[in-house]
Amino acid sequence: MSLNSNIPSGPMATKWSKHKQDSKLINPKNKRKFTVLVVGSGLAGSSAAATLSELGYKVKCFCFQDSARRAHSIAAQGGINAAKNYQNDGDSVHRLFYDTVKGGDFRAREANVHRLAEVSVNIIDQCVAQGVPFAREYGGMLANRSFGGAQVSRTFYARGQTGQQLLLGAYSALNKEIAGGGVQMFPRTEMLDLVTVDGHAKGIVTRDLVTGKIESHAGDAVLLCTGGYGNVFYLSTNAMGCNVTATWRAHRKGAFFANPCYTQIHPTCIPVSGDYQSKLTLMSESLRNDGRVWVPKNAADCGKTPDQIPEDARDYYLERKYPSFGNLAPRDISSRAAKEACDDGRGVGPGGRGVYLDFAEAIGQFGAKTIAERYGNLFDMYERITGESAYKRPMRIYPAVHYTMGGLWVDYNLMSNLPGLHVLGEANFSDHGANRLGASALMQGLADGYFVIPTTIANYLVNQKPGSITTEHPEFKKAVENCTAQTKRFLNIKGKRSVDSFHRELGLLVWDKCGMARTKEGLTEALNRIPALREEFWQNVNVPGSGDFTNPELEKAGRVADFMEFAELLCLDARHREESCGGHFRSEYQYPDGEAKRDDENFSYAAAWEYTGNFSQPTLNKEPLTFEEVHLAVRSYK
Amino acid sequence: MSQLNLHLKVWRQNGSQPGHFQDIDAPDIPDHASFLEMMDIVNERLISKGEDPVAFDHDCREGICGMCSMQINGVPHGPEKATTTCQLHMRKFRTGDTIWVEPFRARAFPVLKDLMIDRSAFDRIQQAGGFVSVRTGAPQDANALPIGKEVADAAMDAAECIGCGACVAACKNASAMLFVSAKAGQLNSLPQGQPEKDRRTLGMVRQMDKEGFGNCTNQYECEAACPKEISVRWITKLNRDYAVAAVKDAFGNTRKEAGGGD
Repeated sequence: MSLNSNIPSGPMATKWSKHKQDSKLINPKNKRKFTVLVVGSGLAGSSAAATLSELGYKVKCFCFQDSARRAHSIAAQGGINAAKNYQNDGDSVHRLFYDTVKGGDFRAREANVHRLAEVSVNIIDQCVAQGVPFAREYGGMLANRSFGGAQVSRTFYARGQTGQQLLLGAYSALNKEIAGGGVQMFPRTEMLDLVTVDGHAKGIVTRDLVTGKIESHAGDAVLLCTGGYGNVFYLSTNAMGCNVTATWRAHRKGAFFANPCYTQIHPTCIPVSGDYQSKLTLMSESLRNDGRVWVPKNAADCGKTPDQIPEDARDYYLERKYPSFGNLAPRDISSRAAKEACDDGRGVGPGGRGVYLDFAEAIGQFGAKTIAERYGNLFDMYERITGESAYKRPMRIYPAVHYTMGGLWVDYNLMSNLPGLHVLGEANFSDHGANRLGASALMQGLADGYFVIPTTIANYLVNQKPGSITTEHPEFKKAVENCTAQTKRFLNIKGKRSVDSFHRELGLLVWDKCGMARTKEGLTEALNRIPALREEFWQNVNVPGSGDFTNPELEKAGRVADFMEFAELLCLDARHREESCGGHFRSEYQYPDGEAKRDDENFSYAAAWEYTGNFSQPTLNKEPLTFEEVHLAVRSYK
Repeated sequence: MSQLNLHLKVWRQNGSQPGHFQDIDAPDIPDHASFLEMMDIVNERLISKGEDPVAFDHDCREGICGMCSMQINGVPHGPEKATTTCQLHMRKFRTGDTIWVEPFRARAFPVLKDLMIDRSAFDRIQQAGGFVSVRTGAPQDANALPIGKEVADAAMDAAECIGCGACVAACKNASAMLFVSAKAGQLNSLPQGQPEKDRRTLGMVRQMDKEGFGNCTNQYECEAACPKEISVRWITKLNRDYAVAAVKDAFGNTRKEAGGGD
C-alpha cells in the first residue's frame, strides 16, 4: 500500500505556513458539534485537549493516572529546545532543524522537523504566558543551557524539573477548559481498544480502573497521545504504568506501526543494582555540561576507588573520541561508547556495568555551591538511591532505555493511515528519526498539541458529519464484548506465575537481543523465544482478584499481554533493517572505528508495518525519505 | 548489600467498607530496594500464595509524579526528610523492624482500596482558579516580559509542589493550605498571574473549604512532611492575598467586569 505523507509543496521554509493557509476551517458554531477523544494527558494530550477546547470542540480526555497532572512527561528533567537565539550564538530555525535531522541520523521526515523547529519559539512564549517559571538571568531574561548534539545554547529549563513545569502549565490550561465545560476529564480510565467504523476511528473502549466498568465513548476523531513503548524492556526510565496498549490496539485495528526498532538508550542513568529492581532512574543529560565521563585506562584499576586512580590513568573517552562535542556527544553515541568501555572490561561498580561521571573539576572551578544550584536535586536523588554523594566521589552511570522514536505512522497532519485516528507526541514516529536529541521530546509533545493538531484536525473533520456514529453502533458492542472476554480469560487462567515475572523475562530477553547492539542471530533467537513466552503467559499467568473492582494486577496483565505481541514486531523491524542508524545499532554494520554505518541506498525509508492477523508476518509498507534541504552525510561529532 | 527481615502492619480496606491492619512478614528484603520495591516483593509473595496483593498508587518511581503516598510509621512518605515513598530506600530501616503502612488519612481523600486514595479534590481546587486565562497562540515574545531572577526563583519554589497530599495527611486538621497556597502562590507572585489574582485566590480557597479540608492552625507539620520542602511562608502569602480579595469581594470589586461600549 502506498503511503501518502501529505507533505505540502514548495520550499521547506514555507511549507508549514502554506499548509496553514491551505488547511480547512470549521466555523465556531459547527466546531461545538464535534467531539474529539484525547487519550493521554501528558504534554501532547493536555495541550491538545486544552487548545481544541479553546477552539470550541467538545473534548473528552482520558488518563490512567489518578490525575492528568501525573502523566510521565512530568519526569522530564533537563529542558526544552527552542530556536529563540536569545544567546546570540548563531542559532536559527534552520539550525535547529538541521541539528534535529542530523541528530536523527537522517531517518526523520524533513518537513515535519522543519515545522517543529518553527513552532519551537511559540512554545516558549506560550509557556511563559501560562506562568511556567523558567530559569532566568538577573536582568529578568530567560536563561539557556546546552544539550547534546548542539553547539549552541538553546535549551530552556526550570531547574531539573522542566517536564514537570511544562506539564503543570499544560495541565493548568486543561483545568481552565474543564472549568469552562469544554473538556470532560476521565482520570483512572484506561483505553482498552479503538473502535473503527468503515475504517474510520470513531471511538474507544475504556476500563474505569476504580469500578472496573468497561465503557464506550464515541467521537468524531480520536487522538492518541499515549507515549512510548520503552517498558517493553521492563527496566526503563519510564513510569511503571507506561504501556503500548493504546497504540498496539490501534495497530491491530489497522494503524501502521513505524520504525519500532528506533529506541533510545539514555547514557546517564543510575546502574542496575539487583533483580528486585522495578525501574531505572535517569540523571539528566544536562549534567554533561559540567560532568566529565571516564573509565580507568587499565582494566586492572577497576576495583580501586576513583580517588586512587590518578589523572593520567583515566580515559575520558568521549573527549578523546569526539573532541568537538566531547561530553556532549548525542545520546546514542555516548551510550554505545559506555557499552564499549564496559565490554572492554573497564566498567566500574557492581558487575562492571558502569562508568564515572565526575564533577570534581567543575566543583573546583565554580565551587560546590554553584554546582548545587545547577544540579542539587539530581545530586540529592542520586544519593537517596545509591547512598553515595556525588559531591565527594564521581557518579556511577550506565545507559538505560529512555525514549522510543518509533510509533504509529502519521502523515503531515498527524493523522495515521486510519482516517480520524491522530497520533501525537512520543506515540507517533515522525520527528526524531532514528535518534532523538536531548530536550526535543518536550518540544515535540507541545508542538503537536498546542500548534499542529489544532490546525490540521479540521482537514479531517470538515468532511465528517458530527455525531453520526454513537455508542449504539454494533462495532462498540463488539469491542466491549472482546474486552470483557479478555478480562474473564485473564482471571480464569489461575496459573503459577505473576504478571511481573513474565514482564521481567520478556524485558531481559528484549534488552539482551534488541538493546544497545543487535545482530541478526540474536534477533532471530529472540523471535523464536517470544512466541513461546507469550504462549506460556496465556497458559500460566496468575491474575488474582476480580474484574469488577480496582485490580492493579489485571491492569498490568493487559499491558504485558500487548508487550508480548509488540516485542515481536520490535525485533522483526530490527532484523529487517540491515544497517546501523541512531538508536538502532546492528553490530554487523559498522565502520572500523565502531561508528554506525548507514545504508542510504537501501534503507532510507520509514518502515510502516501493517498487521495481518499473524504477529510473525506483518506486511512492510515503505515511506521513502527524500532530503531536499539537508545533505545526507556520515553523521560525525568528531 | 544486606538483607532485612521485616514485619509489616498494612492497612487493608475495600472501598467504603471498614478496614483493618493485616500482619505480613517480609523476610529477605534487599536493603538497596526502594520502599515500593519492597512492597512489590511482598505482593509477589502474596500472589504466589493465592492471597490478595496490597493495592497502592505509584507511577514514576522517581519522586516527581506525586502518585505514591502511604503513611509509614505514622509519617507521610516515611521517616526520610524531603523524600517521597518511592525514593525511600530500605537501607533506612533495620532488620527486625515493625513497619506500619497506612493510606493518607483525610475526609477529603476517601480510601479506594488498601493504600489507594482519591485525591481528585486537588484537581477540583485547581480547576477553581489555578491557571492563567491565556489562549494558545495569543502571547507576546517570552522575553518581552522581564521577570527578576528572585521572583522567578520564588515562583519555582512554590511550583515544585507535586500534589501528593502529604501536607494534608500530616495535618491534624487535614488542612490543604500548604498545597493550595503553593499553587495559588506561584501564579499570584508572577506578573502573568496578577489580572486574575483575586478571583483565583477566592475560587481556590472556597473550593478547598467545600471539599471538606480542615482549617490551618499554624502547626507547620505540613512543611516538615512535604517531600519537596514547600515553605509555610506560602500560607502566609495566601492568607494575605485572601484577606485583600475577600475585602474587595465584600465591596463587590472582584465581580465587576471592565466597562466599555461595543
